[in-house]
Amino acid sequence: MQTYAIETSDNGLVTYQDKKRWFWLLSLVNPLIPFVGIAGQWTTGSELWLLVPLGLMFALGPLFDWVFGEDENNPPEVLVPQLEKDTYYRVLTYLTVPLHFIVFFGCAIWVGTQNLHWWSFLALTIAVGFADGFAINTGHELGHKRTRLETTLAKIVLAVPAYGHFWIEHNRGHHRDVATPEDPASARMGESIYKFARREIPGAFHRAWIIEKNRLGRKVVSIWGIHNEILQSYVLTFVMQIGLIAIFGWIMLPFLIIHNFFSWWVLTSANYIEHYGLLRLKQADGKYERCQPHHSWNANHKYSNLLLFHLQRHSDHHANPTRRYQSLRHFDDLPNLPSGYYGMYIIAYIPWLWYKILDARLLRLPHIAGNLDRINIDPDARVRLYAKYGQTNG
Amino acid sequence: MQNTVRQMAEHLCPGCGYSYDEKLGDDHEGYPPGMPFADLPDDFVCPACSVRYKEDFVINHKPHGDN
Repeated sequence: MQTYAIETSDNGLVTYQDKKRWFWLLSLVNPLIPFVGIAGQWTTGSELWLLVPLGLMFALGPLFDWVFGEDENNPPEVLVPQLEKDTYYRVLTYLTVPLHFIVFFGCAIWVGTQNLHWWSFLALTIAVGFADGFAINTGHELGHKRTRLETTLAKIVLAVPAYGHFWIEHNRGHHRDVATPEDPASARMGESIYKFARREIPGAFHRAWIIEKNRLGRKVVSIWGIHNEILQSYVLTFVMQIGLIAIFGWIMLPFLIIHNFFSWWVLTSANYIEHYGLLRLKQADGKYERCQPHHSWNANHKYSNLLLFHLQRHSDHHANPTRRYQSLRHFDDLPNLPSGYYGMYIIAYIPWLWYKILDARLLRLPHIAGNLDRINIDPDARVRLYAKYGQTNG
Repeated sequence: MQNTVRQMAEHLCPGCGYSYDEKLGDDHEGYPPGMPFADLPDDFVCPACSVRYKEDFVINHKPHGDN
């Protein structure tokens, strides 16, 4: 295994091995899960196999997080430059890009040629939608980097879930506005995921276009031209999706609509849990305080972190957005989720259960200590939540 | 003009190390070469990490070649 080492004046020789090094290869398996269903139907003839991929995602995810537990290891800070330079890690992110195209086209061809029942069609389409939701995760890791290759790959992979505006909206909008009432991608206390989605999806789209319009305005070039980095990705989406309709006919229309929706839904789910209720306070100068580690929820669960390029070490990501996934750190005493994202997604889809678990955790956070004025609250839920929890103000 | 060129400075994001060099501007962001840091919009945030504001930037005092 690769050993990183440096001689320091204070601590002598510092060494580090990434115990997760080879396990990061799991990120190359994850996008291909829908093919398990196709392979099963291919070999047995039974369409029931097409239910398996969704089961693998939503049963194995929480189960493996529970079985394999958490990992609080951090690389020593002095070795982070070496770790960041190690090309192995970035090659994995590059390789997931073609995998998303392969699984997308593979499933489209299967749906377009197999005359499936409506239920197996739906199960496979939702599964590939979820799998390509992880294309947004890959686009997220790549889109934060400053190399031309990585940002280009981000635009390309985001074409699969038809979400080309994501990396602009996320980098320049969400990171700037995170954990404030102004951010459509930060969920508010008392806001269900279903309500959040109706604010987040259009809000993110709108903010991305404003940011790109302003940038192109400064460059004095048309927003409807090749310089528009949102359109660059959309063009690829358009060619792929219209091409599929042309080849396989109208069966592709429900396939694509459902696929695209569930890809977006994966992102919505992640956004919903990452900052729920957390609030940056306003300073005397009217600006929000800088984003602090306690403005994000975290999970250290090994299995889901391996599939998500450490996305769940979210506080460090927001503090240092350009830091590469292999270097992201765990910190003690941060807002902490009881499960990895897979388990949290399921909880989020059941709002009363979500409120029961998360509202209590939110109020207990040391920087909030029951004070509702330090929470990002849904205005529609304000009266109700103050009536319910207002007495606990500290 | 000579004077302006001589005063051009490089401003660094203290969070991620992004550099705004007044001599070069930032073509991608639409800031032309020679645009002073002070003339960037008041709501300027670091184009690389977006989590540091304009007032957070620090001047890099390293010598600037023949300028």
